Amino acid sequence: MKYIDEFRDGATARRVAGAIAAEAEPDHHYHLMEFCGGHTHAIYRYGVQDLLPPQVRMIHGPGCPVCVLPVGRLDMALSLASRPEVILCSYGDMLRVPGSGGRSLLKARGEGADVRMVYSAADALELARRHPERQVVFFAIGFETTTPPTAVAIRQAHSEDLENFSVLCNHVLTPAAVANILDSPAAREIGSVPIDGFLGPAHVSIVIGTHAYERFAEGYRKPVVISGFEPLDVMQSILMLIRQLNEGRAEVENQYTRAVTRLGNVKAQDLCAEIFEPRSEFEWRGLGVVPDSALQIRKEFGRFDAERRFDLTYAPVGDNRACECGSILRGVLEPTDCKLFGTACTPETPMGSCMVSSEGACAAYYQYGRFRQPVKSATA
Amino acid sequence: MSKRRSFGRPIDLRNGVVELAHGSGGRAMAQLIDELFTRELSNAWLDQGNDQACIDLPPGRVAISTDSFVISPLFFPGGDIGSLAIHGTVNDVAMSGARPLHLTAGFIIESGFPLADLKRIVESMARAAIAANVTIVTGDTKVVERGQADGVFVNTTGIGVVPEGIALSGDRARPGDRILVSGTMGDHGVAVMSQRSGIEFHTNIQSDSAALHDLVRVMLETSPGLRCLRDPTRGGLATTLNEIARQSGVGMCIQETEIPVSPEVAAACELLGLDALYVANEGKLIGICPADEAKGLLEAMRAHPLGERAAIVGEVEEDEHHFVRMRTAFGGDRVVDWLSGEQLPRIC
Repeated sequence: MKYIDEFRDGATARRVAGAIAAEAEPDHHYHLMEFCGGHTHAIYRYGVQDLLPPQVRMIHGPGCPVCVLPVGRLDMALSLASRPEVILCSYGDMLRVPGSGGRSLLKARGEGADVRMVYSAADALELARRHPERQVVFFAIGFETTTPPTAVAIRQAHSEDLENFSVLCNHVLTPAAVANILDSPAAREIGSVPIDGFLGPAHVSIVIGTHAYERFAEGYRKPVVISGFEPLDVMQSILMLIRQLNEGRAEVENQYTRAVTRLGNVKAQDLCAEIFEPRSEFEWRGLGVVPDSALQIRKEFGRFDAERRFDLTYAPVGDNRACECGSILRGVLEPTDCKLFGTACTPETPMGSCMVSSEGACAAYYQYGRFRQPVKSATA
Repeated sequence: MSKRRSFGRPIDLRNGVVELAHGSGGRAMAQLIDELFTRELSNAWLDQGNDQACIDLPPGRVAISTDSFVISPLFFPGGDIGSLAIHGTVNDVAMSGARPLHLTAGFIIESGFPLADLKRIVESMARAAIAANVTIVTGDTKVVERGQADGVFVNTTGIGVVPEGIALSGDRARPGDRILVSGTMGDHGVAVMSQRSGIEFHTNIQSDSAALHDLVRVMLETSPGLRCLRDPTRGGLATTLNEIARQSGVGMCIQETEIPVSPEVAAACELLGLDALYVANEGKLIGICPADEAKGLLEAMRAHPLGERAAIVGEVEEDEHHFVRMRTAFGGDRVVDWLSGEQLPRIC
């Protein structure tokens, strides 16, 4: 595949790995957090860690929108799906995440609910046009990447006066989560793992630009390299972070220059600001309540807000107490440090945020990396 | 054929639809069986019109397998539910090393289903059965109310006879054995998905649906030590290798660069967020053989029209955890795990 295979080339990977091994100082530790699930997935799927020296450790951050969605929000979608007039649409990997009582949207579909997988908000809008007798609800999740398409769908519905379309909005904001991780007491505790630098999001940064991360580089003295999602992008970005750390720099650098600019997609940002406004707080699975970290639909477009239309209220649902996702997302623990990992908590029966999508740290480790340190009960 | 009954007006196979009466056991059902099923699938056993077929089998162990087909859409590039119902069961029988001989066919049809579509499906079954040299010796038809089925469901059961001296089984893989695949992975699943409502995209990818028993015959002739054969249908190559690894109590290591995937399938998977290793095939097989027979087996497979793109993709190894590992093209290692639930695209 042209423009894809070039970024997965094994020979180039070995050359970059050689440079990393040569430049990473042997008595130094490099604790680098890849924020995005897309990076986590690439690291495990292509075996990137096998090409890194032991002093470079990757910490898998909270940038998987499916993972961090709290169970209580999913329960809202499940309650909507059970209404006979509703067609509930969402992205593929959202459908198998279990809500309260282990019930997922896929299970609801098996029980007769009209749940559809869509590839975009525009598909949901099209469903609404085709089924005027039904209520079509788009269960919108995602970071800044998927927010503009949801905004377009709402604006389109507004201009068409589409009465039967609404959005259950769960869009969240990347910078708020990064700040939360850097500010958390666990991350600052003596003896815990300090994060030395960040691999910044690829697709999110296309929208928000590199300037959104400048305050982390300046305020927290942490280098950030915006990285593409292909494995060679990840390798090159790791090398760039190592160089910054070796030279004592803390800057925002852009590895993903083929798509990301400093200011980002201003048109998309304006559109999002027109349709959405910040929520004062939002719960993140694994991180807890994070202020100003999510978006809600503005009053002017309130008729497309499923929370208003169906009078939904949010009831938080706690994860299993033994679940260590919060510490794993902050880099304090590894997936295998959690006693639920691979025993009670597997991709079939996820109990915490890191196991619910293949982009989550625990699920990626379970599916792709488990042979390194197999857990006793791992299914053979 | 000589026993054909007279029903007055022939059934309207062009514009008619299946009705509940067609499954009620009465005259309408008899007419549908006579004018469609028996006519298209005709053979000595079916034409007798008995409730069962009494057949003589050649000597050897009898292999038997059953499969139900509930595919949506019913017609897809490279096949349809009819040909698939023949190929799927013929292949399941053939993976034992058996020569498939006879099939049964059961239909569960939703009331209102167009008879023209049913005719197309039965014609396709007839063509596939003739090509695979098997006969459909007995069958069953049920009609359910609208909404209780999705168009038509088909079940086929097949029997065949395993020649003397052949004992293929999923528990026979041994460390050091080589793993072969007969061709490109993922064609069937992507072809079907390209037609699925809500996802439709234009592609030239055709389902690989095919009967593999003749390829199996050639493989058995070439590799007397052949350990096991399996067709990687649902769950794809990844899931099938995990099944064999568990049955045999071994691990496996495959090489990503050696696994044949067509550029079209690779691109579609990239676009849809899927992994070709987990996508279904209906005309491919996996073979495991001793290392010293692998090269000869590969050549024999490549000489067969259904194995032109065959490849040695990895080897069996000792591993108490029975992991299937893959050396990635990128140079790292990863687990190739069981498919977890249904394969669903990632959001990012």
